Amino acid sequence: MTVRSEDPVAVAERLFREEQGRAVATLIRVLGDFDLAEEAVQDAYITALETWPARGVPDNPGAWITTTARNRAIDRLRRRRVLAEKAELLGRQALIEEELAAIDPDAALDGADAMSPIVDDRLRLIFTCCHPALAMDARVALTLRTLGGLSTPEIARAFLVPEATLAQRLVRAKRKIRDAGIPYRVPDDHALPERLDGVLRVLYLVFNEGYGASTGDRLIRRELSAEAIRLVRVLASLMPDEPEVLGLLALMLLHDARRETRTGPAGELVLLEDQDRSRWDRTRIDEGQALLERVMRMRRVGPYQLQAAIASLHDEAPSSAATDWAQIAALYRVLGEMQPSPVVELNRGVAVAMADGPEAGLALVDRVAATGQLDDYPYLHSTRADLLRRLGRRAEAADAYLAALALTANEPERAFLNRRIAELGRATA
Amino acid sequence: MRYLLLIYGRELEEAPPDDVAAASHAAYAAFSADVKARGLFLAGEALTPTSTATTVRIRDGEIVTTDGPFAETKEALGGFYLIEARDLDEAIETAAKIPAAQEGSIEVRPIWELPAEYAMAEAAASEARAGG
Repeated sequence: MTVRSEDPVAVAERLFREEQGRAVATLIRVLGDFDLAEEAVQDAYITALETWPARGVPDNPGAWITTTARNRAIDRLRRRRVLAEKAELLGRQALIEEELAAIDPDAALDGADAMSPIVDDRLRLIFTCCHPALAMDARVALTLRTLGGLSTPEIARAFLVPEATLAQRLVRAKRKIRDAGIPYRVPDDHALPERLDGVLRVLYLVFNEGYGASTGDRLIRRELSAEAIRLVRVLASLMPDEPEVLGLLALMLLHDARRETRTGPAGELVLLEDQDRSRWDRTRIDEGQALLERVMRMRRVGPYQLQAAIASLHDEAPSSAATDWAQIAALYRVLGEMQPSPVVELNRGVAVAMADGPEAGLALVDRVAATGQLDDYPYLHSTRADLLRRLGRRAEAADAYLAALALTANEPERAFLNRRIAELGRATA
Repeated sequence: MRYLLLIYGRELEEAPPDDVAAASHAAYAAFSADVKARGLFLAGEALTPTSTATTVRIRDGEIVTTDGPFAETKEALGGFYLIEARDLDEAIETAAKIPAAQEGSIEVRPIWELPAEYAMAEAAASEARAGG
């Protein structure tokens, strides 16, 4: 059972992080207090690090954490009670203590079972953390902090904000939850689709933040994507009949499979067509494709499923040239009908260019350019430039590359654009 | 919890035609009847235009009055409902049914339930007044 290659303390840390969400969620429900719940779980964490490496990880670490944190919460409440004077508060605390004592750590486990009518507390927590009345950055921070168990410094580093700013953001979000009466429950059926969509958006944003090759600590970024995948897995186990949840999980896995090949040794972006496909993660691809197949059978198509299907076609192609671009173009068309967006239309243009030739693609891309909506989007200009270049319209291509260059700050990308401009015999900036 | 739903919208330069006004009244009457039937309604009023507003401040010990609302904005406060709702979700759902949500905006503000100390202070102040 033991993993010999991993340091026992590291095992304890990892397992604790993976298993602590349920305890946090249950304690928040009973205590009605985010901070007290987090403190109690933090106490349990210290105990775990003291005992697990030496005595071994308990058989059911999740239940252990819930029990230990519950006991710590009772201790903390009792200590507070000595300080509390008001009878009303005492009465409330006695009730809470009774409820805490009644928590059955194993019952919480059953909540993860699809057939069980018991709502897992983590589901309540995720809908609270991703409530639309909170600012987007607060939703992201709160979700990672409470459900993901990432520390405040870790989240601050991932989003390149000062730790104090992030701490303040968390304090404000928790205060709003309490003072504005943001509920701790799964939304009613009629509000569920919209609210679930909001939850998925937060998790997708976390994933992308970790997937983007822009800036920041590489290790923390990997951690963010892993955390997003883990949280969507939890959500998928709790809501197994929601196709978009499974679709998002498939999408993340199918993209994450290419993570190692997306950047070169110097951190520069490597285009899909230039990536070493033999290094793509087969396990991830297989799992993503199996999920996608399962969800497609539910016959309730949504944007995440479509994007996953596109990613899957890329993943299974032996090369860029051998990719089923016609199918990808068709999927982008459906996606654009479902969720009109100039970026989707631009991507469709690229796929059409690969399937039917640069001329057909350029016609679509020019139509997007004419709307003016993507004037400041460098990839619009670089895509146009590439198609013009392939059509031999060198002067126009050089102009479009220059337009892209003016909008690009990323050094490796600038180098790439400059190289293209030079090839077209134009002096660069 | 109690929530104040503040109704913000563009002010009309002149009175709307009769049929428009009648339709608006009917829409608000339906909304009010609905929140009352659901037991959420505590209070609600419509306000006269901001052209009738006076803003009051004390400056250097003097009462200073200014013609007009506190802040000139495109959307002005036109009325309010005070409701009792289970939580923010119910308050938001209710706010979304106010006719002005279609064109203007509704600000949802939880009522600050003041602590028992405040109630005691107020009772003491009332007593002092009655005594003096």
